[in-house]
Amino acid sequence: MELETFKSEIEAAVPGCRLEIIPNPSPSAQHSLLVDPEHGLAAAYYLRDTAQFNFCTNVTGIDWPPKEITEKIKIKQIVDGVEKDVDQVRKTSVPGYLEAVYHLYSIDRKVGPLPLRMRTADRDSRVHLPSLTPVWRSAEFQEREIYDLYGIFFDGHPDLRRLLMWDDFADHPMRRDYVDPDDYEYEPTAHDQVLARAREHAAKAGAL
Amino acid sequence: MSTTYAPSAESLNTDTVLPEQYLEVSMGPQHPSTHGVFRMNVVLDGEQVVKLKPVFGYLHRNHEKIAESESYLGNMPYTDRLDYICSITNNWAYAIAVEKLGGIEVPERAEYIRVITGELTRLQNHACLLGFLLQDMGASGTPLMYAFRERETILDLFESLTGARMMCNYLRFGGCRVDLPAGWLDNAKAFLAEFPRFLDEFERLLVGNEILMERSQNVGVLSRELAINSAISGPMARASGLNYDIRKVDGYSIYNRFSFRIPLGSHGDVYDRYMIRFLEMRESVKILEQAMREIPAGPIQNPAIKARLFRPKPGEAYGRIESPKGELGFYLISDGSGIPYRYRVRPPSLINLTVLEDLCLGHNVADVVAILGSVDIVMGEVDR
Amino acid sequence: MVGEGIIKGLAETARNFFGSYVRKERLTTVQYPEERLPQIEAARNFPFLLYDGADSDAGLRCVSCLICEKECPPKCIFIEKSQDKKPDAVGKPQFYPTVFNIDVSVCMSCQICVEVCPFDAIKMDVEYNYPTEDRFAALLFDKHQLAKSNDYYHQIHPTEAAAVDAALTAEREAAAAKAAAAAAAAVAKAAAAPPSAATPSSAPGNGAAPAADKSATAAPEPEPVGGEKR
Repeated sequence: MELETFKSEIEAAVPGCRLEIIPNPSPSAQHSLLVDPEHGLAAAYYLRDTAQFNFCTNVTGIDWPPKEITEKIKIKQIVDGVEKDVDQVRKTSVPGYLEAVYHLYSIDRKVGPLPLRMRTADRDSRVHLPSLTPVWRSAEFQEREIYDLYGIFFDGHPDLRRLLMWDDFADHPMRRDYVDPDDYEYEPTAHDQVLARAREHAAKAGAL
Repeated sequence: MSTTYAPSAESLNTDTVLPEQYLEVSMGPQHPSTHGVFRMNVVLDGEQVVKLKPVFGYLHRNHEKIAESESYLGNMPYTDRLDYICSITNNWAYAIAVEKLGGIEVPERAEYIRVITGELTRLQNHACLLGFLLQDMGASGTPLMYAFRERETILDLFESLTGARMMCNYLRFGGCRVDLPAGWLDNAKAFLAEFPRFLDEFERLLVGNEILMERSQNVGVLSRELAINSAISGPMARASGLNYDIRKVDGYSIYNRFSFRIPLGSHGDVYDRYMIRFLEMRESVKILEQAMREIPAGPIQNPAIKARLFRPKPGEAYGRIESPKGELGFYLISDGSGIPYRYRVRPPSLINLTVLEDLCLGHNVADVVAILGSVDIVMGEVDR
Repeated sequence: MVGEGIIKGLAETARNFFGSYVRKERLTTVQYPEERLPQIEAARNFPFLLYDGADSDAGLRCVSCLICEKECPPKCIFIEKSQDKKPDAVGKPQFYPTVFNIDVSVCMSCQICVEVCPFDAIKMDVEYNYPTEDRFAALLFDKHQLAKSNDYYHQIHPTEAAAVDAALTAEREAAAAKAAAAAAAAVAKAAAAPPSAATPSSAPGNGAAPAADKSATAAPEPEPVGGEKR
């Protein structure tokens, strides 16, 4: 299954579409196709109707928090009048984003999986992605689950509300920076973090 | 959770008000026939279903989040508890995903043992499901107990092999945990010799039963196109005529060595979904006979992979198998450490529920129970 | 005929019902707790600690390596390592657990702790009957409740216990043979060394003999089963 051919076909069929092939370094060699959110729906229609990827089995969300990459680089600097290579530490901060991954299979051509990815601009306010439920009905519940657990809003979803958590719940639990509420009972064998937090609660209760 | 007794906003089309004769009923979450803690907000016109919205999350145990803080080996016992009736196939799907992620090979004997225990799991799952489906349709427990008689023998086999009846925790990355004890294969062969007789008896019990046929034929019809578009998999899809069995399509493990057929239904109704599981059990018996005959001697574990301190290189993999309920897939992202970065379970029961409303529209409330039973859900998998 | 299917089905039910008086495999009900099904040997419930010999403190195999605590998925094992060492069943000084608690209300019987233990110190018990009114303290098993003898292990899992004992004996014999060979080589080397290179001739002899004695007693050290690195 050649991703390069798909990339060029989709770019030809959907003008303005920006695609990128994300290589997969593991032995599974399941390389993915990253599509920009503005043209995601059009690309999905192309994949379903023309490329015959009619079976979208898995829709999942991933949280990539912002991280700082520290690397040592050599730059040329003038030291004592002589140009030399000097070691410098460069820190680049990579902004975080949320990602939705769709695994596509083709029943008739018996190929797959083709992971299709869409990324949001950031993790706070610009978290809207087009819903691919009009294309593949199987995305209906799974996109609701991503909205529930990660906080990505899917525009065009027929019924976007929480799936697993209750309706009045306010946070998005699968995010990497989710802090779970610690109002649980102290149980005797709790240790590590649970024990530390339970002791804090007991201390606060005692102080009150 | 909002505990109002008025119809909730999301289940009503907020633009129009329900006509006076419509009634909104919540079937579940405590209900003897909803296969676990599962709730359906059903809007009824008399007895006919006008709208149906499934609500779940009552068994949500944040399995995926726990997996992000456990080692790869430590996640294996949690996979048992996803579809708690078929623990070995859950282990198998996870093991296949990790083996794809790490490029791990599995020795021959381990593959045969996996096929044998996997197909035994399929037999006991279908027996369990048929018993429950018939019980939901009113056959108050008799066929259930006959099916469970066979299931108990299979569970005893699992206990003598893995130590536990249901939460087996048996497969490891690159093989199986322990080898077959002495005499296990003979016990399994003896069980298999008797099993077709049980199937014949069970079929005679109910297949020609007029009440069953009235209640299940042309009820809950799923079209092939909708099945493909909604990624329905497993016996539910094959009953609608979709010829897609991952054992044949992907050819994972050593399934391409065995000759077995894929039964297909033509109507896609409850009766087809019921009958197709009988036919699948017969095909599983064929696979088991071949596997038990051909199983070679040899190691059961890839010696290069130790159970502890398993660290796959960074990357991702999606591995799937044909579990008794459908396509069970695991999507793993590794960041090079001993703990997965992202661990996702693709649950067949949840995806198969996507079309529940479409199947139930226009039918009676009693049919909803039969349709839900034929979809074959386990809440451990739906909610994870 | 209308109802033919139902009648055929009822004939099957009758065959099962009346057949249960005649054929044993149709009567599958076991009147628990008066009758019990035979215990399956490989069954597992909750872990227990093994000790050799008669004294549960002196013969405890656990050396507090903390691997089972790390690998336990629901984190129900809680160990505190000792500061001092005491001799184990073969005489080698080892750390020991001063506190070893397992919360069986959390334990999910996955037996990963058994799988990763390098010393065969923790095994799975078959006892499942722990009814209690105290939900927390009574289901927290401490070291003394968990320690059971190797004879008990032979009773509940005979094949497995025999295999473990055979493996341990083989390793101790191999280690003893290796140490004896090393001691013999040391003695041979000391004897072959030129007398002028050594101080008074009795010294190498004195130096070699105690060394040989020390290595002989240190020899039977139970090597990690399965070659686990700590």
